[in-house]
Amino acid sequence: MLSGIRTFASHFFVLGEPMIYGADVAILLVSFAIVFVLTYFKKWGWLWREWLTTVDHKKIGIMYLIAALLMMFRGGVDALLMRTQLMLPNMHFLRPQHYNEIFTTHGTLMILFVAMPFIFALFNIVVPLQVGARDVAFPYLNAISFWMFFFGAMLLNLSFVIGGSPDAGWSSYPPLAGPEFDKGPGENYYLMSLQISGIGSMATGINFFVTILKMRAPGMTLMRMPLFTWSVFGACVLIIVSFPALTAVLGLLLLDRVAGAHFFTILSGGMPMMFVNLFWIWGHPEVYIVVLPAFGVFSEIVATFSQKRIFGYTSMVASILVITVISYFVWAHHFFTMGAGPGVNSFFAIATMVIAIPTGVKVFNWLFTMYKGRVRITAPMLWTLGFIPNFAIGGATGVLLSVAPSDYQYHNSYFLVAHFHQVLIGGTIYGMISGMYYWWPKIFGFKLTEGPAKLAFWFFNVGFYVTFMPLYVVGLMGMTRRIYTYPSGLGWGPWNLASTIGSYTIGVGFVLICVNILHSVFYGERDTTGDIWNARTLEWSIPSPAPHYNFAVIPTVTHRDEWWAIKEERRSKKEAKQTPLEEIRPIPMPKNSGKPFLFSLCFFLVGFGFTFAWYAFVVVGFAGVITLLIMRSFDYNTETTISVDEIRRSEAAFGRI
Amino acid sequence: MDVTPQTHPEHGLRLPIIGFVLSILLTVAALWVTYHSHLNSAGIVTAILCLAVVQIAVQLFLFMHVLESDDVPWHVLLLGLGLILVVAIVAGSIWIMTFHTEAY
Repeated sequence: MLSGIRTFASHFFVLGEPMIYGADVAILLVSFAIVFVLTYFKKWGWLWREWLTTVDHKKIGIMYLIAALLMMFRGGVDALLMRTQLMLPNMHFLRPQHYNEIFTTHGTLMILFVAMPFIFALFNIVVPLQVGARDVAFPYLNAISFWMFFFGAMLLNLSFVIGGSPDAGWSSYPPLAGPEFDKGPGENYYLMSLQISGIGSMATGINFFVTILKMRAPGMTLMRMPLFTWSVFGACVLIIVSFPALTAVLGLLLLDRVAGAHFFTILSGGMPMMFVNLFWIWGHPEVYIVVLPAFGVFSEIVATFSQKRIFGYTSMVASILVITVISYFVWAHHFFTMGAGPGVNSFFAIATMVIAIPTGVKVFNWLFTMYKGRVRITAPMLWTLGFIPNFAIGGATGVLLSVAPSDYQYHNSYFLVAHFHQVLIGGTIYGMISGMYYWWPKIFGFKLTEGPAKLAFWFFNVGFYVTFMPLYVVGLMGMTRRIYTYPSGLGWGPWNLASTIGSYTIGVGFVLICVNILHSVFYGERDTTGDIWNARTLEWSIPSPAPHYNFAVIPTVTHRDEWWAIKEERRSKKEAKQTPLEEIRPIPMPKNSGKPFLFSLCFFLVGFGFTFAWYAFVVVGFAGVITLLIMRSFDYNTETTISVDEIRRSEAAFGRI
Repeated sequence: MDVTPQTHPEHGLRLPIIGFVLSILLTVAALWVTYHSHLNSAGIVTAILCLAVVQIAVQLFLFMHVLESDDVPWHVLLLGLGLILVVAIVAGSIWIMTFHTEAY
């Protein structure tokens, strides 16, 4: 009996790794601390009522933001461990297996559990406010999206203390990720967590697609929509069409792993190349899913802080749509070396080069917007300015990589690693942090203090170049990605050392951002006007933090930069337009519900069951899912009404009446 | 809060029932083709794909009323885009998977 338990535990828990024991202790301590604080301050009810059951898009956005920052911390620690391992030749800081696990979870986390929730945070916080809506089209589904993402992320993070992390790279190609070469639950964790969070992403895509097409305020035609909303629209189209490919391909690999199918085993007639193909049919649009919203953020910020309307609005919209469509025709550039032949490679190489054109149009439009504008260098603007040279270098190296014959040299080298970090960090992460600084006052009612924000930017930005410029060089010298260690005498050492120093500088930058947030909670400038940046779009016309119902009266839109137009009008007429009292009507709002949380918890059980092939969990989980679906379909009482008195009181508190 | 079922009253139950029966028949037909017909494997794949396309049409026309709209019919435009992308993905995948059999 005892030995049985011991054998089970030695497989179930990850043993024999001091760093993981450390993580175990940390997880336990943090969990105890959370439970203690919630109990001591009697906050369990508050947590359930205000957060776990909320369907309010702003609160869901805040939870996405917190999750993204937490996951960025974990993904960042992974990155620092890898950089420490690669600091000098012949290092043995990590064991090879541990190194494999860390680069796998680093990639998976950073794309799916940092970039995705970060863009969804801004979708949720900004889009309904920008289009003049009271919530998204399907608030209940929105809560499901968040909790599916959350439990997917938890499942992946559980893997490194229970059962072992996935270790076949974030792209998880069979046969390496197949049942033959990768036994144990690690890869199953990867497959199930991506499936579960993928359902959430798909639902978010549909939700915001419908919100943008159907929930716009009267008068807001498509060509009057703010550019951030346009970019979200592009990203949603991409999500809707590309995520099914991921779902399908992960499903097939799961069948190979747990049910003995042979979709990707060549000896039994399967085709592992098909996994690569399907994975990138999702994977390439995915990089545009995460970068398009960043482009949208930059468009808003550049216009606001140059105090000019955006240069070339129509061409900006056209570029977004062209990028959306062309990004479906480039996926094979991720595997030029797989041997599909010159016809295929030429087609996909040219499609890839073509996409640089609309992207270039956008960059020039931002520059022309700043030209002769009165540019204010604030923290969001600083990140935007940092993005432009970053993306220029990332874009240029991207065009180099797109040349199929020369890609045979760059493929899977550190040159590639440097390139995609340059566009993903330099594009998406800079964009998201920039957006976070920009919309922070709208969400929380206070500004992040400028001084520390700028210091954090400089640490991050300088660290960024010190980390990734040397990687281009070692890539050209022949260092391949995912290698565990390298011998001395190749001339790689100094470059890698520089890169490691840079990565720790980025780490300092990230810590400074967190310190900046904590500091500003207490000392940040309070936003009493609702329009702290003198901005242009509708979200700045309402108080900060945005009230629960967003708009006391839904505005009627007559201009492209509606709020700017209203302000101009007020300046010329010298009269302050107040919220028209007589037009306030009772507002129906969706009721909170605990079902999305429980529903996703059931999916977590399903995922855990498949991971360990404990099918009892799968049955119980699915039974819960179906029960909750049935219960929901008989839920007729899903709305509550905010009375006119309550709206007046709340508007009066903001000084609007 | 109204508790009436949210369907368009003008359609009644005729179209959904026809659609339901048709989709079951099409599914059964696919199974029959796979297990009991004497087609070769290429024939089976072709037959299943054809049945799938008919199934899509059933879903779009009988359940989703694809031609109706109170507003700008965005969905028709976007279904067109979806069709282009699906064709690109399928044709592209087949082309990629030919591996050196193309003439050059």
